[in-house]
Amino acid sequence: MKKIYSILVENQSGVLAKVAGLFWRRCFNIDSLTVGETEDHSVSNMVIVSSGEKKTLEQVEKQLNKKLDIIKVRTFTETQGITRELLLVKLRYNRENRKDIMENCQILGAKILELSKNQMVIEMCDTPERIQMFLDTLKTVSILECARTGTLAMLKLSEGNA
Amino acid sequence: MTGAAAIVKCLELEKVDFVFGYPGVAICPFYDSLEDSEIRSILVRTEQNAAHEANGYARISGKPGVCAVTSGPGATNIITGIATAFADSIPLVVITGQVESALLGSDVFQEADICGACESFVKYSYTVRNVEEIPKIFKEAFHIAMTGRKGPVLIDIPIDVQNASLRKFQYPEEVKMRTYKPTVQGNPVQIKKMFQRLAATKRPILCVGGGVHLADAKERVRAFSKKFNIPVVCTMMGLGVMEENDPLFFGMVGNNGKPYGNKAMNHADLIIMMGARVADRSISQPDLITDNKTLIHIDVDPAEIGKNAGPEIPLVGDIASVLDACLEEEGEFHYSSWISELENIKGEIQKVLQKKKEEGMTKNHLVHPEYFLEELNKQLNQDAVYVADVGQNQLWSCANYQMKDGRFLTSGGMGTMGYSTPAAIGAYLADPKKQVVAVMGDGSFQMSMMELATMKQYNIPIKLIVFHNGVLGLVHQYQHKTYHDRFTMVDLTGNPDLSILAKAYGLSYDAISKNEEVSSKITAFLSKKEGGILEVYIDSHEVV
Repeated sequence: MKKIYSILVENQSGVLAKVAGLFWRRCFNIDSLTVGETEDHSVSNMVIVSSGEKKTLEQVEKQLNKKLDIIKVRTFTETQGITRELLLVKLRYNRENRKDIMENCQILGAKILELSKNQMVIEMCDTPERIQMFLDTLKTVSILECARTGTLAMLKLSEGNA
Repeated sequence: MTGAAAIVKCLELEKVDFVFGYPGVAICPFYDSLEDSEIRSILVRTEQNAAHEANGYARISGKPGVCAVTSGPGATNIITGIATAFADSIPLVVITGQVESALLGSDVFQEADICGACESFVKYSYTVRNVEEIPKIFKEAFHIAMTGRKGPVLIDIPIDVQNASLRKFQYPEEVKMRTYKPTVQGNPVQIKKMFQRLAATKRPILCVGGGVHLADAKERVRAFSKKFNIPVVCTMMGLGVMEENDPLFFGMVGNNGKPYGNKAMNHADLIIMMGARVADRSISQPDLITDNKTLIHIDVDPAEIGKNAGPEIPLVGDIASVLDACLEEEGEFHYSSWISELENIKGEIQKVLQKKKEEGMTKNHLVHPEYFLEELNKQLNQDAVYVADVGQNQLWSCANYQMKDGRFLTSGGMGTMGYSTPAAIGAYLADPKKQVVAVMGDGSFQMSMMELATMKQYNIPIKLIVFHNGVLGLVHQYQHKTYHDRFTMVDLTGNPDLSILAKAYGLSYDAISKNEEVSSKITAFLSKKEGGILEVYIDSHEVV
């Protein structure tokens, strides 16, 4: 199963290494990790998506709570949270596939940021599943570069405060 | 006031008596300032032992042990000592000197990223960047080391920060950390649930671990067991919580424990784990201990609960506070048929063990280690400190521990060889009135034999008992079993002549090689005023 950890940490050097080290040492896998400041400059928000057995995931949460640089850990499943990811993808197109690519962009809500004679850069901000869906449409296209931010997540209002 | 003087002031305010350590340029400003204080410094002979001495000191004094070493190799040498303390949740404050702040990260002479290296076995670590932060950091460090699940805290201080001037020294009265608020009081609802369970159960057992000693809750455990008639077993780290001859005590559990202790755990229908990790050496199949049983797990560290076995009733809190609440509960519980079943099992197994011991005594002409330790335990003061090293000596020590009100110290979690001599030095300094003995093998003795100089220098009259079998016994035994007597890397024929070594360090010396000499020679050895070495010759084929 997948679990999302939304972790508030002290915004100081070394904290990311400590958190990442905790996952590494205990052989917990990180699917994605994003970090950024919150409205309070002294606090950062880390969103980590990890998959594994239920017991392992609970153990991760307990070990995270033990770390002294961590202020608060909230966990929820993908369905309990609003998730967003940003994708940037640079690709080479030709006369044959240009129309298809542009149509898929339109259907899935991706935006073309740059366009040259035979290359384009596309941006998409959506759930990780829809980002994957869009990438799947590009399977036959020659991708030059691809970058994803990893999942940002927040508990849905309907789920209350975790 | 310099940063170094501020550190010393912090230590004074924390009522530190001793600093164990070893100097080098990067920690010289601190040691220079310490000279103006009444805090005593103890010069060890290798940095690892500074941490072990602080460890022994902390366990006997109930205060955090403090060490200070230099940067680079001084800092890396102390890592094993920090890891040893971490594995047994022993509170230490470790100060390491560091190269100049401006040079950090440039790989200059004697620079090591000690905070990075120790991250996985310190409770917390600090690199001091600003001299003004010293009071706050030290206040926090002592608080973190001593509260919640105790453990070592590392403070790395660049030399320029030690030399910098502090504008104003103000020691915080309290610690305000938004990230650290350990749970102390047990949840009353969970305590009620535990008592409901106790009322419904027929075969309860309480298994106590090192957490009871750390919470200084030995008397409370004894009172709890007595008030509610609950039989008790212990882990290795929990030895000494119960009196050996308490009618409700059924020995140590685990693969090196008493078979009747393990049977008690297996036959129980309710297990209360208290201050114990459900670790592999105590509980060989943690996932099975909840089979047909209720598990109640009491620990100050919520991460330990459910880590190895999922309890039905988790109870987070400081053991002393939880037991205070439990002792206020009323209720009469009688488990007489269960207790008499346990007594029968214990009686029968004890007969078998006794027979095995007697057979062992006639098997060879050297000293029988278990007989020796049985005699030693009889002759020790009832409140002595007994430090066991690691290896066969440790397992025989556990099996024969008898003291009424003593302390049993050993490196249980990490299993660090060479622990006993330095830990015994620290224990003696914590309470010089106590009799302190360290029991070790000839392998573990040599891992810390440089500390004989520390004993001599500070006049520390501890008693060292060295089992001489000429091999690394536990590995030898393992190779006998697993590799069918293909022995490799276990031969200790390079052993020094301990009589000459003892003389060189001004220690008394005696040797025992026959069972008949054991009793009288122990008496003579323990009655000596000065520290000494008692070398006990045992056969290399003795097994645990």
